[in-house]
Amino acid sequence: MALKIVAGCVNCWACEPLCPNGAIHAGAPHFRIDAGNCGECLGDFDEPQCAAICPIEGAIVDALGKALNPPGSLTGIPPERWEATRAEISAR
Amino acid sequence: MGLQTTDKAVAMAFPAAGGGCAAGGCGSSSTQMGALPEAIRARVADHPCYSEDAHHYFARMHAAVAPACNIQCNYCNRKYDCANESRPGVVSELLTPEQAVKKTLAVAAAIPQLSVLGIAGPGDPLANPQRTFATFRQLAEKAPDIKLCVSTNGLALPECVDELARHNIDHVTITINCVDPEIGAKIYPWIFWKNARIRGRKAAEILIAQQQKGLEMLVARGILVKVNSVMIPGVNDEHLKEVSRIVKARGAFLHNVMPLIAEAEHGTFFGVMGQRSPTADEVKRLQDACEGDMAMMRHCRQCRADAVGLLGEDRGAEFTLEKVEAMEIDHEAALARRQAFREKALAELQAKRAALHTPQVVAFHRPARKPLGRAVLMAVASKGAGVVNEHFGYAREFLVYEASESGARFIGHRKTDKYCGGSETCGDGEELADRRIDRIIGALRGCEAVLCARIGFEPWGKLEDAGIRPNAEHAMEPIETAVMAVWHEMLEAGKLASPSAGMRA
Repeated sequence: MALKIVAGCVNCWACEPLCPNGAIHAGAPHFRIDAGNCGECLGDFDEPQCAAICPIEGAIVDALGKALNPPGSLTGIPPERWEATRAEISAR
Repeated sequence: MGLQTTDKAVAMAFPAAGGGCAAGGCGSSSTQMGALPEAIRARVADHPCYSEDAHHYFARMHAAVAPACNIQCNYCNRKYDCANESRPGVVSELLTPEQAVKKTLAVAAAIPQLSVLGIAGPGDPLANPQRTFATFRQLAEKAPDIKLCVSTNGLALPECVDELARHNIDHVTITINCVDPEIGAKIYPWIFWKNARIRGRKAAEILIAQQQKGLEMLVARGILVKVNSVMIPGVNDEHLKEVSRIVKARGAFLHNVMPLIAEAEHGTFFGVMGQRSPTADEVKRLQDACEGDMAMMRHCRQCRADAVGLLGEDRGAEFTLEKVEAMEIDHEAALARRQAFREKALAELQAKRAALHTPQVVAFHRPARKPLGRAVLMAVASKGAGVVNEHFGYAREFLVYEASESGARFIGHRKTDKYCGGSETCGDGEELADRRIDRIIGALRGCEAVLCARIGFEPWGKLEDAGIRPNAEHAMEPIETAVMAVWHEMLEAGKLASPSAGMRA
């Protein structure tokens, strides 16, 4: 049982000092969670601290690969709206 | 040291509500700084972000050491890596405190105008207290002449006030977009607070309370506080008048109302959802409406979290980590150059102000009469020192002044692309040049003249056709003098009789 940081992370350092187990480390191309040390904050906090402050949707996933902050959950931008905007911009 | 005098100065500067001239700007000058009490004016005399006068002379830099943020704003996107965007929260290179110190010293050696080092992001400086304060600590020791300041969303401010005071931070900017949580919920989707992500109205309530508490704590310690507000049409535009009244009552000395920047390609909530930005005219009207309550800042360029140079210019590309590493610097000589520049610039500013305040013979009870002529907006191309000294084709921005019988008043700036793309684009077809001049004419909407050091034949004709008279006759003159000279020329030519003519805003 451990969380994972994946592509999309912008290396903002917000999560690093919050981890109760010191399991988060700066890395390239992005931060990493030491799986052996991650307990998903169970017993420490109500919600995993890294995911509670992370500003990037989809950057932190659980053992099944499911995003803790799915698309639209942090920015409030409906995913289909974002896709349409992206298509519109690249067509310019 | 000096804290008591500072407290006293601030107490004197902020008389009880409704009293004194701090609010309205007594005296003959109608500029922003004219509205500031002398004690505060002296403290911001060389700070380009706090003094309109100073920004013609002094340069600032932002050190991008603070990547983490503790809130989300609907006008911000945390993917801060674009070299081509000029807006807050964007940087090219994140720095460690040690790298930031090295870069600051390199800039301070190359640009003697440098007077201020600010930390403004790309996240929130106080959400990265260790990195922020480590930078301040080292710089206070190695470049004691450089003023340090910080810009924050305010959420972590109350717990940081003592440490800010310990580091002799004399100026703090808080971004306050609302004092009503209903409105706040439309601007801030979430905050991170006491180990949890809080959303909606509750989040806005906490943020607003922390901002106001932090503001009061700073003022109590004699630290100057500027409040930044992002004007979002239909969301908080009307509400900002109340924000202005409240932050002034709590002791903020300057209010900076900035237009929302929202483009779909920035990937922000407001940008993608089609929230519009205010027009230059809407911003001016709101600033005018707030001005009755407190001094307004009108020269903000909403610069990047790693900007370097005079406001309106960004020389960041000259000081990448790689380039800084290769520089050989004589720090003592650099300090001497900065001090020499500062003395000269402050003396010039002093002389200018003295000239503005030279007593003139005026009747105390002037009989009511019609004004001689209406007010006129004019654009000015300047690359610093408060004079008309930029070639029209090289200007990336124009300063806008309102000239009237009572004098020249700085209104704001308008960003554009340069008309002249250099020799490689010179003669690259009329169509491109037309598009460039059209953009500039759009940016100068409402202005009836443009003052510059020189201007080419082609843009001259296009500007005239658009009702904006080019004028290169006042090159190298002080801006206010030049603007008033042109106003008087227009008056004598009989162009200022009708109140509405020419107001094409």
